[in-house]
Amino acid sequence: MLTIGNRSFSSRLLLGTGKYPSFDVQKEAVRVSEAEVLTFAVRRMNIFESSQPNFLEQLDLSNYTLLPNTAGAKTAEEAVRIAHLAKASGLCDMVKVEIIGCDRSLLPDPVETLRATSMLLDEGFIVLPYTSDDVVLARTLCEMGVHAIMPGAAPIGSGRGILNPLNLSLIIEQSNVPVIIDAGIGSPKDATYAMELGADAVLLNTAVSEAKDPVKMAEAMKLAIEAGRLGYEAGRMPKRDYAVASSPMEGLLPN
Amino acid sequence: MTKTIQLNGKTYDVPTEVQSVQQLLIHLQLAERILVVERNKKIIAKEAYDKPIQDRDQIEIIHFVGGG
Repeated sequence: MLTIGNRSFSSRLLLGTGKYPSFDVQKEAVRVSEAEVLTFAVRRMNIFESSQPNFLEQLDLSNYTLLPNTAGAKTAEEAVRIAHLAKASGLCDMVKVEIIGCDRSLLPDPVETLRATSMLLDEGFIVLPYTSDDVVLARTLCEMGVHAIMPGAAPIGSGRGILNPLNLSLIIEQSNVPVIIDAGIGSPKDATYAMELGADAVLLNTAVSEAKDPVKMAEAMKLAIEAGRLGYEAGRMPKRDYAVASSPMEGLLPN
Repeated sequence: MTKTIQLNGKTYDVPTEVQSVQQLLIHLQLAERILVVERNKKIIAKEAYDKPIQDRDQIEIIHFVGGG
């Protein structure tokens, strides 16, 4: 089980809801992914165009925990404002702190992330900060009392996979809260690798929404995360420099 | 007198029959939608939707969209 704050989840896949080719594909992808936590962004409604469908309103919300992000915020104050708006919906008490510090790489601003995290924790939010793979920053966030930490594997939407497994391993080793690898996952092998490193969960979006067949990829990611977790729990064999025969050397047949 | 407000960043003349936030949402056919309303940068609790809209109010209607 994955436990974040006072909630427990059997799925270790958290799914983003952006950029799907259609609502029907998205609904099916969400269903087969078996994800229980879905992320959303908070935006001004386009009220001057005729009624636009909204994915959230098509979901049975009793089946999902919503994880709003603060994407769009560049400062702690903006992130806190977005968190307040999300909470005012009455639908969620968790927030993914996401404060971008670089428009080109979309890497998070560490200073503003720390500030926003502190402010939101003080207000009683369940706080999951999206952070870089900086080990010391991650430790500081954990010490502040975050409910999970979400280091990126690679820049958002890049699909480049696990760029720094050593740092992620160190973050996982030192963390006293769930570590959710967020951003940069491109393929099922990346998700499996994250889980084999000992991550508690994976959050991904584009890897599914931008796949040729998002529904099939959603299932692939679900299985990849399950496989990675099982492999981690099973404990892999050691790596060796030389071969070791699997078949017995005794009882070899004479020539 | 017609009230003129800033609604989601645009100048908007409030119809005379619209007095409250709730009536505005009904007028915009948004009453059943999942949304949050900010008035002059302060969130309005749903219980306070019957409060009157004032001339030159800055109203933001916010919702959840897809995101990662």
